[in-house]
Amino acid sequence: MAVREAEPVGSLSEVKEAGLDREDLLGIYRHLLVTRGIEERGHILYKQGKIPGSFYTGRGNEGAAVGVATAMGPNDVGTPLHRDMGVHVTRGVDAWRIFAQYMGREDGPTRGRDGNVHMADSRLGMIAMVSHLPAMLPVAVGCALAFRIRQEKRVAVGWFGEGASARGDAHEAMNFAGVRQLPVVFICDNNQWAYSTPTHLGYAVEQLADRAAAYGFEGVVVDGTDVLAVYREARSAIEKAREGGGPTLLECQTLRMEGHAVHDDAFYVPKELFEEWAKRDPVERFRTWLRENAELSGEEEDEIGGRVKKLLNDALARADESPQPDPSTLLEGVYATPEDLDTPHHK
Amino acid sequence: MAEMTYLQAISDGLRMEMRRDERVFVIGEDVGVYGGAFKVTLGFQEEFGPWRVIDSPLAETAIVGACTGAAIMGMRPVAEMQFADFVSCAWDHLVTVAAKQRFRAGTPVPIVVRLPSGGGFSGGPFHSQNPESSFAHIPGLKCVCPATPEDAKGLLITAIQDPNPVLFFEHKHLYRRIKSEVPEERYTIPFGKARTHLEGDDVSVITWGAMVYTAGEAAKKLDEDGVSVEIIDLRTVMPWDREAVLASARKTSKVLVLHEDTRTGGFGAEIAATIAEEAFEDLDGPVKRIAAPDCPVPFSPVLEKAFIPQVDDVVAGLRELAAY
Repeated sequence: MAVREAEPVGSLSEVKEAGLDREDLLGIYRHLLVTRGIEERGHILYKQGKIPGSFYTGRGNEGAAVGVATAMGPNDVGTPLHRDMGVHVTRGVDAWRIFAQYMGREDGPTRGRDGNVHMADSRLGMIAMVSHLPAMLPVAVGCALAFRIRQEKRVAVGWFGEGASARGDAHEAMNFAGVRQLPVVFICDNNQWAYSTPTHLGYAVEQLADRAAAYGFEGVVVDGTDVLAVYREARSAIEKAREGGGPTLLECQTLRMEGHAVHDDAFYVPKELFEEWAKRDPVERFRTWLRENAELSGEEEDEIGGRVKKLLNDALARADESPQPDPSTLLEGVYATPEDLDTPHHK
Repeated sequence: MAEMTYLQAISDGLRMEMRRDERVFVIGEDVGVYGGAFKVTLGFQEEFGPWRVIDSPLAETAIVGACTGAAIMGMRPVAEMQFADFVSCAWDHLVTVAAKQRFRAGTPVPIVVRLPSGGGFSGGPFHSQNPESSFAHIPGLKCVCPATPEDAKGLLITAIQDPNPVLFFEHKHLYRRIKSEVPEERYTIPFGKARTHLEGDDVSVITWGAMVYTAGEAAKKLDEDGVSVEIIDLRTVMPWDREAVLASARKTSKVLVLHEDTRTGGFGAEIAATIAEEAFEDLDGPVKRIAAPDCPVPFSPVLEKAFIPQVDDVVAGLRELAAY
């Protein structure tokens, strides 16, 4: 089974075939803007000293994240990572709660117990990531195992980066999923740099998706800056998994457009590479596509842009009012109680 | 009541929960067709089918990690490590993901990992260890170390019901050696409640797992000396029954902490420190520890005997304390 390189998405009719109407397209555009806006505002918050610890963004990966999340069904689940803010946004996490999370406040999804994108709203089918990558892949496989045992037509999506692909968890998860043909889709956010380590020091195959063949399933490479191509490929992989066709490894190729985290100026990335990929900015690229293929008007752009701006302003103000966590609650939740199992998932 | 070995009691409890609750499933290496390396799940696959008794690839992170995912999706997974020693390959997952998910993200992880542990039959460095203390140190995990068939069954059922990740240490040396009456019906035994294995007045032994029996043999010898020994079987080391330990310390004023795990940083150190903090005024002697020396578990029977605390070692320790 050779790895397949996905074509870019062309016309509006092609998009309609893939299941998106114009309203969906504008929704994707809005999610891209909100994703980028949250991370840009986060950057400012960090510089204002309002974010403790460090700060991570997924600039350059917005299209890949939003594309995959748009392809997921409402009852599907996933384990997005630190470059995948677009997944949380698309699934419907409120922006103000994300800002509260950044600032370590009580209303963040982790109530100040964890920081930055280490969060998830389980009601939206998301499971919070850990720093150890790709530790969440076996978890995604376990979700898929539960669906297979119960014969539910649900799919789990597990994310990892090309850096994390070097670790054994990735191998164990993909091998097990392949053996049991579980309904799971592996998304590799290949942004070319694992902190300062380039791909040629991380793996020796040509494309990471080449590895899929070793696990007995299909590998697909897609341009991660093309949100519609990502959507189309993710949807096809997710629906294949849902129908019992087993896993797919979808490699979304992008460039990490900022440092590993806010403290890192990425001096080790050649300038020409940044310049080349800046021309393929996923947000700009999709905006242009909408203008050319879906008659996005200047008025519509302004209207959507204005609404996103207001949403972010309101979100920031609301998050800033969120209280600091109460130190007397420190030990709450170290151990779960039986009542904690009373969640949509655990029922 | 029915007479069961320690191993049969574990099988019985597990089978009972699988019959009662279809969310419970078993996953591990060779647990299906083969029935598990120690045959705890013998016949399970015939009864429950291949998707509830799952033969996994040789991949402990995938096994335990998949349990976490399935648990978050509403299942009640029970993983088997072929030997407790191999849990080192899943340590990262248990400590990094499973233990912290409730605290960080509000997502409970109700999984059980069964760990055939302990030495005494030349298993060597990789088939004999008692790694409970390293997990007891991790907030968010629970550690269970039953000593009797009745406890093994009741504590396993409690473990499966518990909303947290539970490590269930089954002592291999007890599997077929220990046999006793076990209630045939379903019952649970609460975590954090110690069992008085032997009542006594002069010296207390705080222990768990197979060492309960070593302490029992030693107590018989001390009885011949006219020294009455009390044996407290912790049953669970996380949570552990501080009240029962402190009550026994206050009663006898002399305490020996005994475990099969190695000495430095072993869970006995925590118990000894707690007694020193909380019951110092009640003591008539130093809290004594007997544990394996700080050394990997050796293979040779002669060396292993020198490694695992023996009845004579405990007798000597108790006599020393009694005479203090």
